[in-house]
Amino acid sequence: MTESSERKVVVHIERSEGPGKTPHVDVFHVPWRKNANVISVLMQIQRDPRTSDGKATTPPAWDAACLEEVCGSCTMNINGKVRQACSALIDQLEQPIRLSPMKKFPLVRDLTVDRSKMFEALKRVKAWIPIDGTYDLGPGPRVAPEDQELNYALSTCMTCGCCLEVCPQVGESVPFIGAAAISQARLFNNHPTGEMNADERLRGLMGPGGVADCGKAGNCVQVCPKGIPLTSSIAEMARDTTKQALKDWLFHDERKGGAGPAG
Amino acid sequence: MAERYVVVGGGLAGLMTVIKLAEAGKHVDVFSIVPVKRSHSVCAQGGINGAVNTKGEGDHPDIHVKDTLKGGDFLAEQPPVKGMCHAAPGIINLLDRMGVPFNRTNEGLLDFRRFGGTMYNRTAFAGASTGQQLLYALDEQVRRYEAEGLVRKFEYWEYLGFVKDEQGACRGIVAMNIRTMEIEAFAADAVCLATGGPGIVFGRSTNSTINTGTAAARAYIDGAHYGNAEFIQVHPTAIPGEDKHRLMSESARGEGGRIWVPKKKGDTRDARTIPEAERWFFLEEKYPKFGNLVPRDVATREIFAVVRDLGMGVEGDAVYLDVSHIPAATLERKLGGIMEIYEKFVGVDPKHNPMKIFPAVHYSMGGLWVDYEADSRGDMVRNSPKQQATNIPGLYASGECDYAYHGANRLGANSLLSCIYAGQIAGPAMISHAKNSMPSKGDVPASVLQSSKKFWVERFEGIYKMSGSENPFVIGQEMGELMVKASTVVKRNAEMDAAMIEIRKLKERWSKVNVLDTGRTVNQSASYVNQLWNMLELAHIMLKAGRMRDESRGSHYKPDFVLPQPKTANPKDDPAFMTAWRARDEQWRKSSIARYNRDEPQITFEPIRSLAVENPILKPEPRHYD
Repeated sequence: MTESSERKVVVHIERSEGPGKTPHVDVFHVPWRKNANVISVLMQIQRDPRTSDGKATTPPAWDAACLEEVCGSCTMNINGKVRQACSALIDQLEQPIRLSPMKKFPLVRDLTVDRSKMFEALKRVKAWIPIDGTYDLGPGPRVAPEDQELNYALSTCMTCGCCLEVCPQVGESVPFIGAAAISQARLFNNHPTGEMNADERLRGLMGPGGVADCGKAGNCVQVCPKGIPLTSSIAEMARDTTKQALKDWLFHDERKGGAGPAG
Repeated sequence: MAERYVVVGGGLAGLMTVIKLAEAGKHVDVFSIVPVKRSHSVCAQGGINGAVNTKGEGDHPDIHVKDTLKGGDFLAEQPPVKGMCHAAPGIINLLDRMGVPFNRTNEGLLDFRRFGGTMYNRTAFAGASTGQQLLYALDEQVRRYEAEGLVRKFEYWEYLGFVKDEQGACRGIVAMNIRTMEIEAFAADAVCLATGGPGIVFGRSTNSTINTGTAAARAYIDGAHYGNAEFIQVHPTAIPGEDKHRLMSESARGEGGRIWVPKKKGDTRDARTIPEAERWFFLEEKYPKFGNLVPRDVATREIFAVVRDLGMGVEGDAVYLDVSHIPAATLERKLGGIMEIYEKFVGVDPKHNPMKIFPAVHYSMGGLWVDYEADSRGDMVRNSPKQQATNIPGLYASGECDYAYHGANRLGANSLLSCIYAGQIAGPAMISHAKNSMPSKGDVPASVLQSSKKFWVERFEGIYKMSGSENPFVIGQEMGELMVKASTVVKRNAEMDAAMIEIRKLKERWSKVNVLDTGRTVNQSASYVNQLWNMLELAHIMLKAGRMRDESRGSHYKPDFVLPQPKTANPKDDPAFMTAWRARDEQWRKSSIARYNRDEPQITFEPIRSLAVENPILKPEPRHYD
């Protein structure tokens, strides 16, 4: 543990007691340490919660868990850019370091927000494989290595919310489902078993807040910490949704048990 | 009241327990301090073991059983291990059907790789973030049941304690909403704790910040027995960090990664420029058969010996973990996740530079004691209410928070498996328990729920009033430093005695804590003050059980109590060694069981009951890997 008495890290944290309360900024001066990241600095503040003028305050509230950028918890705005705090290394950041909560989600307190709408969106697109049961029914379908590689990339989405935070179409009261859930629909539709219910997922992407609400700004793919090809997911789902809508219209009768247009 | 079950924890073990209950049509409430998709299972990297035998090696679940029992130095009860290893191929198939993007062979089949402590390619994997992919698959299935109305999620709710009725049985839990700090009691016909490991007791480890072990510790305080607390796995390869130590998966070695230091002490050359002949591959040299894939406890001790005893570390406390000889495209495909972590957090590309790593606290083999029921062949009895049952009727445990599967040392890629298997048998066991015992008991009396809730409301009112001079996070940091020093790779009785005195002092300082925050919205300090007490109690039994166990076994290593080296290649050929080994084994092949006592934890050493039969599944033998 290298500690230098002179070198300080200056952090400005936007804080608020809760939704609707006026936010304020607390400034902290924290001793510099080698290999520090935003999380270790927040931990230092917990151990000595005093602002730069020496006044005692409460330790700022923030969400965290894995600290290696696989859980998505510690997402926040750092110097105006949305990202995970764990992989934000202090020596790579311009000071003062400005931390603020994500703005496209309801604020809870300080740096914590409520991202439950993202998990709700996964229900809307039925982001799962409807397996028959958990009993030993033998191996799953064969998957070509190329499909596995794409699906693995899509499946690394940790529901962190970066893509929603930068999307001009997303707002607290706007229903756009966002890139993450759209890309999950693509993931399951690209699986041999999941494909059997592709139509249900595509219908989940129709209507208000669906894939058609994407404004094609392309910000999402720029900020995705996992490098998920979000814009191509959106393009593919937009195309498939259009096809599905057409099919639903043409074969409307058939799905109800009728003979369909050909009959 | 309709039949209702509570599962605490939304990692692999918890979610599999939930799925088994929901699949049987039961209503389940799942409690988690984070959205379940953010549970610590996401950190597991390398893979999941199952003897599927797709590589023509003649692998078999029985060999998996043997490797696991031997890897754990025969401290695990054998039938649960047998059940787990035989269920493993089916579990991998199930995950495959759920859509886990496992790596594939050219033919589109599942690919398998090697891990430590075995000679077989037995580990299925999804890049180097297998745990994340497995957790997501279970999360998706649970979401499906949630959409159907069978599962209710209580996310951002923290377990405080279980509801105990007049007969001492568990009838529900008390939990706190950590967003609003509201405390509530929830009735249940059975409760399963699947709350993970206690890495945070050691301050920095490879664990997530949420792995405080506090739920299991509190269950212990409330009367559940805690087994083998002294067995903590220190993983050989992690990147030391300020906030945590980041794991560099064993799969790096499974794919051919090599551990080395320069042969010349204090060699300051760039690692890439040191010729092969001037590198000391100390694991390969000492263990020609297993090489870099010796079990974790062995690898960690060897690294410690090279760095601390011989002073041959790279820039102090590090050795090289080198994958730079493997083609970059292979590394991307099979180890991409960890390559990215190293590059992101260290700023050096490990595909072209040897990584600098050091051991770090990783996993607890110990945990809540759980029962099992097996038939005369050592096969687990289906749907027995005893499977995964703690000593408290109605309280179950599964996953890292149970003590059952790994004995004195866990093999790599067995943890994801044990979580899922434990969940698979815990769910049906809970249903059997409810069927057997609940009708006679009826609903939980409101007075029982109320008094449990009242206890916790009052305890937190007390915590909010704590206005002393001590910062709880500082006490937590000191506890971590103390535990790493006294109770990890090398243990000495004098140090452990001193550490127990220190733990008592920290407990005294706890009573002088300042809560730092009296608010009722996301008050993380108040929550931590409660957790800290539970962690101190847990630290105490880790130390005490370790202090009492005067032997070296698996992860528990006391240089003052090691057997002399056998004089033959196979220890069984050295009669003098075997006599000494048998005497040691007779005395210490026992589980430590901790029972809470307010003033002093009670620890007893109890025989492995599956080894007391005439024909055990596997007879203990000296463990060697050369």
